[in-house]
Amino acid sequence: MKDIFFKVIGHRLFWPLVMLVVLIAINVINVPGFLSITVNAEGNLFGSLIDILRNGAPTLIIAVGMTLVIATRGIDLSVGSLCAIAGAMACSIILTSPDPNNVGTVAVAVLVALALALVLGLWNGMLVSVLGIQPIIATLILMTAGRGIAMLITEGQILTVQSTPFKFLGSGFIYGVPFATVVAAVVLALVALLTRRTALGMLIESVGINPEASRQAGVRARGLLFLVYGLCALLAAVAGIILTSNQTAADANNTGLFIELDAILAVVLGGTSLNGGRYSLTGTLVGALVIQTLITTVYTVGIPPIATMVFKAAVVVAVTLLQSPTTNAALERWRSRPKPTKTSSRPSEPVVAR
Amino acid sequence: MTTIDAPQSRFAAVVSRTTDAFTSPKSGPVLVTGLLFIVMFVAGGVRYNGFFSATTILNLLVSYSYLLVLAIGMSFVIISGGIDLSVGAVLALSTIIAARGLQVGLPPVVVIVLILVSTSTLGLLVGLMINVFQIQPFIATLAAMFLARGLCYIIAKESIAITDPFFTSMAQPIILGPRLSITASVIIALVALVIAVWVLQYTRFGRTTYAIGGGEQSGTLMGLPIARTKVLVYVISGFCSGLAGLLYSFYTLSGYALTGVGGELDAISAVVIGGTLLTGGYGFVLGSALGVLVLGLIQTMITFEGTLSSWWTKIFIGALLLVFIVLQKVLTSRRA
Repeated sequence: MKDIFFKVIGHRLFWPLVMLVVLIAINVINVPGFLSITVNAEGNLFGSLIDILRNGAPTLIIAVGMTLVIATRGIDLSVGSLCAIAGAMACSIILTSPDPNNVGTVAVAVLVALALALVLGLWNGMLVSVLGIQPIIATLILMTAGRGIAMLITEGQILTVQSTPFKFLGSGFIYGVPFATVVAAVVLALVALLTRRTALGMLIESVGINPEASRQAGVRARGLLFLVYGLCALLAAVAGIILTSNQTAADANNTGLFIELDAILAVVLGGTSLNGGRYSLTGTLVGALVIQTLITTVYTVGIPPIATMVFKAAVVVAVTLLQSPTTNAALERWRSRPKPTKTSSRPSEPVVAR
Repeated sequence: MTTIDAPQSRFAAVVSRTTDAFTSPKSGPVLVTGLLFIVMFVAGGVRYNGFFSATTILNLLVSYSYLLVLAIGMSFVIISGGIDLSVGAVLALSTIIAARGLQVGLPPVVVIVLILVSTSTLGLLVGLMINVFQIQPFIATLAAMFLARGLCYIIAKESIAITDPFFTSMAQPIILGPRLSITASVIIALVALVIAVWVLQYTRFGRTTYAIGGGEQSGTLMGLPIARTKVLVYVISGFCSGLAGLLYSFYTLSGYALTGVGGELDAISAVVIGGTLLTGGYGFVLGSALGVLVLGLIQTMITFEGTLSSWWTKIFIGALLLVFIVLQKVLTSRRA
């Protein structure tokens, strides 16, 4: 019984899931109809839970790419800037086209934006794999320069677009489900299939656990690194387009600002270590949901939204402290303490062995 | 390199010593930054009227004294192999505490002490999180960044002006000569710089900081006080962010929750351009100071150019970062 208890507590998703349940419980207490999902006149699903799934989609999409990058013992700080670049690119193409409402125009704009982001992602991959630069630094370059590039594309303006097909990407519905949520689900499923149904995931983990050993075992890290950074950038662009479409405007300064931090946080909350190696896409999903539920909670409880960051800090500190090796070691000591003997009349408190 | 015996090769010896200095991972990047600064300064002087003057340098110091202090704190952290993402937010928190504290009528001395103590305490907490709970510096300082930024908004959403006579007197220029003036902030920043150089180069704590960046395990085996030093490094960074915020509030005479967004990036960039290796173990605070001046000079040149838009600053800084990171890579791999 006790063993099962500790197995559950020791599971890496235990604390994040507890956090998620607590947050949802707080919401349910404050807003009685929180869990209810209704279908409106157009046949679209509505409800707080749907909002969480829709608004959390961009973070989740980026976090999926980030998970793979982190699994290779890397990190990608440039995703926020890539969001801005992709949004700026798509909007400027739509604006210069004669017919913004043409589906073809929007498709071309989105594809060009994705291609541009892919190129920039491969650039990150090149810096990391070919030049051997530390990932945090290599992607810092694009993080800094990226907002400049985005402004170069928008020429310092906030580009507002009036395009029905483009607006659909951020706020449309497919069979009643928000389009952004569908995209996030598809991305998560595809990446999970691609990495877990093939050896790809294991190879990525091996590069993260021990690059030298995996090289000697014949794993070509270079190609894998190109792949994960390219994919991460591509997904960042997808998220950027959704964000931009949601705002119906490309803002080079503010689109995707701090989203890299949320994405990294989602990955870490999900139990994937920043030291690389084992990764969990399920964990990332939970992490992203925790973050988005937290933001929603702040609104429903009536805490001023400006205090969101303090709560985010509290959650990060709480979860990382609970997951930390020190806490686990302390739990382990408590678990393996000698059992008090029943034969003695007054069992004295056993001294914890150090 | 090798010792040179023949007397005719004194010139060769100088050349070899110079190439040695330039190709060493320790001093190479700093020297390149120094050269770059001189080249940019001269090129700017050739291109623009009134650029090549002491006024330009002093203006740089006045405008960027806060960044200099941020970069000093960041140098300690990066040399020890860590990173601090919270400095920009802590700077903003410090300006807000200053403005709000003065608004409710606290005397300036109390406000200043309050700022420095609270930001150092935040640094201490971060250090303990990293050291005791083995949380990566990236995540721990990220949490601190969220906390500081959030507290800013809770204390005051809008910008608060500072009218306190002591603070306004600190904003007044000190005239050194015709068209030459500095502010008290410059003096404070330079004093901080001198202290930082002394601490890093000549104290046991400084050497332990380098040792942690060079190899934490070796440091532990040598019996160095690793834990204490690692925590202290973040206390220093917190203190410097608080001081930088104070200087910033002297400079702008206001407190605002959105100041210093991206300040951590500027500080990290300055440290990298100043030749500090991001893996830790190498670097000079003076290099970081040079890095700050180079960043400032880029901004000044873009202002002087007039036709270039502000976003080119970011692209230039990114490009410069790239050059320096590749340079460091080449230099360290050659020695390895």
